[in-house]
Amino acid sequence: MSEVTSETQSAYEGFVGGKWQSEINVRDFIQKNYTPYEGDSSFLAGPTEATKKLWDMCCELSKKEREKGGVLDMDTKVVSSIVSHGAGYLDKNLETIVGFQTDAPFKRSLQPFGGIRMAETSCKSYGYEVDPEISEIFTKYRKTHNQGVFDVYTPEMKAARHSGIITGLPDAYGRGRIIGDYRRVALYGIDRLIQDKQEQFKSLEGEMTPERIQLREEIAEQIRALKEMIELGNIYGFDISKPAKTAKEAIQWLYFGYLSAVKEQNGAAMSLGRTSTFLDIYIERDLKKGLITEEQAQEMIDHFIMKLRLVKFARTPEYNELFSGDPTWVTESIGGVGIDGRPLVTKNSFRYLRTLENLGTAPEPNLTVLWSKRLPHAFKEYCAHISIKTSSIQYENDDMMRVTHGDDYAIACCVSSMVVGKEMQFFGARANLAKCMLYAINGGIDEKSKEQIGPKYRPITSEYLDYDEVMSRYEDMMEWLAGLYVNTLNVIHYMHDKYCYERSQMALHDRDVKRYFATGIAGLSVVADSLSAIKYAKVKTIRDENGVVVDYEVEGDFPKYGNNDDRVDQIAVNLVKKFMGMIRKHFTYRNSIPTMSILTITSNVVYGKKTGNTPDGRKAGIPLAPGANPMHGRDTHGAVASLASVAKLPFNDAQDGISNTFSIIPNALGKDEVFMGDLDIQLDCGCCEGTCK
Amino acid sequence: MSEILGNIHSIESCGTVDGPGIRFVVFTQGCPMRCQYCHNPDTWDIKENQRMSADEVLKQYDGVKEFCHGGITVTGGEPMLQMDFVTELFKKAQAKGIHTALDTSGVLFNKNDTTKVDELLKYTSLVLLDIKHIDDEEHKKLTRHTNKNILEFAQYLSDIKKPMWVRHVVVPGITFKEKYLTRLGEFLAKLHNIAALDVLPYHDMAIPKYQNLNISYPLLGVPALTKQQALQAREMIVKAYKQEREKISQAEHQI
Repeated sequence: MSEVTSETQSAYEGFVGGKWQSEINVRDFIQKNYTPYEGDSSFLAGPTEATKKLWDMCCELSKKEREKGGVLDMDTKVVSSIVSHGAGYLDKNLETIVGFQTDAPFKRSLQPFGGIRMAETSCKSYGYEVDPEISEIFTKYRKTHNQGVFDVYTPEMKAARHSGIITGLPDAYGRGRIIGDYRRVALYGIDRLIQDKQEQFKSLEGEMTPERIQLREEIAEQIRALKEMIELGNIYGFDISKPAKTAKEAIQWLYFGYLSAVKEQNGAAMSLGRTSTFLDIYIERDLKKGLITEEQAQEMIDHFIMKLRLVKFARTPEYNELFSGDPTWVTESIGGVGIDGRPLVTKNSFRYLRTLENLGTAPEPNLTVLWSKRLPHAFKEYCAHISIKTSSIQYENDDMMRVTHGDDYAIACCVSSMVVGKEMQFFGARANLAKCMLYAINGGIDEKSKEQIGPKYRPITSEYLDYDEVMSRYEDMMEWLAGLYVNTLNVIHYMHDKYCYERSQMALHDRDVKRYFATGIAGLSVVADSLSAIKYAKVKTIRDENGVVVDYEVEGDFPKYGNNDDRVDQIAVNLVKKFMGMIRKHFTYRNSIPTMSILTITSNVVYGKKTGNTPDGRKAGIPLAPGANPMHGRDTHGAVASLASVAKLPFNDAQDGISNTFSIIPNALGKDEVFMGDLDIQLDCGCCEGTCK
Repeated sequence: MSEILGNIHSIESCGTVDGPGIRFVVFTQGCPMRCQYCHNPDTWDIKENQRMSADEVLKQYDGVKEFCHGGITVTGGEPMLQMDFVTELFKKAQAKGIHTALDTSGVLFNKNDTTKVDELLKYTSLVLLDIKHIDDEEHKKLTRHTNKNILEFAQYLSDIKKPMWVRHVVVPGITFKEKYLTRLGEFLAKLHNIAALDVLPYHDMAIPKYQNLNISYPLLGVPALTKQQALQAREMIVKAYKQEREKISQAEHQI
């Protein structure tokens, strides 16, 4: 137990004590101290003059960045680390929350540990060149993650990667999807966290198994990172070695934790966690003491969110094509309900959403509402209001995820759920199940390149496809794909840990984390519809001169996924169950727990390009549907039937998340003021007659 | 007895504009009217489409009922063309506690023979009555039918105290005229069953449908009604409604 200093005591003044004081336990602190808010949004404040000025500056810089072709400035000389750069500001006098990844806003940092070639290409694409000395160091003397992976890949892995049956693998870029518990920095201060890590380190003596050696080395790295975080605070003139004493400090401390992560990792998703209700405790305390006003509270949150909007990475045009833009996936999870039944909605949950009005809409940070039927009604209304106004909120099913993760989990990237500071995941991109089906039909020959990529199983030779025959071949091919996929990921994550370890993020985790081994699938609806076509209509094969099936003719109609029709929906459900079962058969790195996602949100376009004609009548190159979506235009029974099909997919077999991209014109959501359900005139039978709740 | 089958155009599982709440909306095939602004010309023809029994419709509803808390709306086409089917459907739906709404033009109403209508209304929770035009001559131009029996239907529904939403499409140059909107408001003031007034701004989004069906679009060149205009139209109806109400209550007071 640490000696409680008077400084720490004053930082905790007014807080209800508990387990969180004797152990690192942010959840306990939240549960004991947060103030649920059931009221409406009328308390919220607009943007201050400072906020408006700062945001105008950001918009101006954004404009310049676009004019310059997408990148305003890049660091080509200094390898980014927690302490690599001096302080950077927009306007020091106006910013209430400070800190950038480099010494200037919009200047992208150089992060070669994932792969030096990726770093070089990123620079070259925008007219910059990495300092030759750095290129030499990371080619000759310091191995990168990318180099490690390619040293070990088998020819089969390379071929599958090349053909696109496995796509988007994090073998040349940071895997991301790890959420540090950045709240710990604010609640405990770094000194206490270092002390905790030192105790962990001490607990790992004795028999030196490879696992223990690895963990000891990692904790040593984590402690190093924590010490650098203190230094980062110093660079900006703060002492974050001690707990935060005010709301402003809490936000700043937390942000320094996050900033350390994005200074070191150019990950595919660098999510923030679940911070709004935690910070609300500090804001409430300051409001009660009269230290700040609501305007000031909102201003700090606005400035914090502004910083998150300005997180930027150096990336290649190919990367941007895969992800349709330059996403950082700074996902923040808001709301949800506690296991004791109290909603975790606070005033600060509203303030976070309010930033979309105060600063205007933006895709980042990815504000994600953990939706529950039991969320307070006024909060639901505000969410709806902001959704209609900005189309910028993501919703996820808290009632479903709470069962697995409790009430202090957060979303990484778009749908990956994990308990903050206790669970992490190894991100694993996607296997293309649509292409796999074509391999099954053609005996492992790629329908586009005509090369033998998969195993040389017997191809289907009949003119018309037979459901049972296709299913049996398809299962064999899926077994092959599952094995190859898992083992490719094993290589990737071994090397990522070795050469590009996320020390600052893992420093904000417990010693023994639960690791998920996240796989994913693409093309679910195409496969379901194809199999349905084969089963319920007639599908004729069209072959090239070598007998390879290159196209299909569908005769007759067939049930299509997305219409709440069990005949085809159950095909989709079974596919998910089957493939997940196949994934589970294989060894996964570091005793991680295999999971699967059905979640492409943008990369489905690229996957579609790499997939030939399919038996459902989809033509080569046409995008696959995103995530678990039905194919575009095939869900003809309206949104609810479409969603009902998606809702049948089993979460247990797709625990890393199921996404459904849904857009609707506001008018289709119901009437606005032109409609007069509640007339301001006397109604004879009352407006409630004939309506229902 | 053989099962009554409905002739169904399509089903929408997430209807948010045809009655209260999120509703399961059944579009029936076939309509005797030819409203110039009709946005569902593909439902006009009484040709055979999808044949479904009431039980089949309810089975589909069952699959999504968790989301469709509002209930079931039958619209069209003109649902009253298939009176027996809709009656059967509503009877079975109400027996399950499902709210039922009938979206109709009322064109088939005949005050001299209401036996079948009475049976249907017995199982109808709410009527959405589309009054196309308050002026009979204009109504004929717009729909090729008189509005006499439609207005009689409105009165009838009022007399039997059946809750009703009045829907009115406001079209520039056709119904978007103060005199007509005022007359509509005055007419509505005499009714005692109105639960809501639904002012529908005219839009021309159906043009591609007409092109696909090779039907010339009668309102080509008529601009969509703006939201601002829709609000004005609403104000006009409400103003007339209130004034007329005032008059009626004064008259009653004097007696």
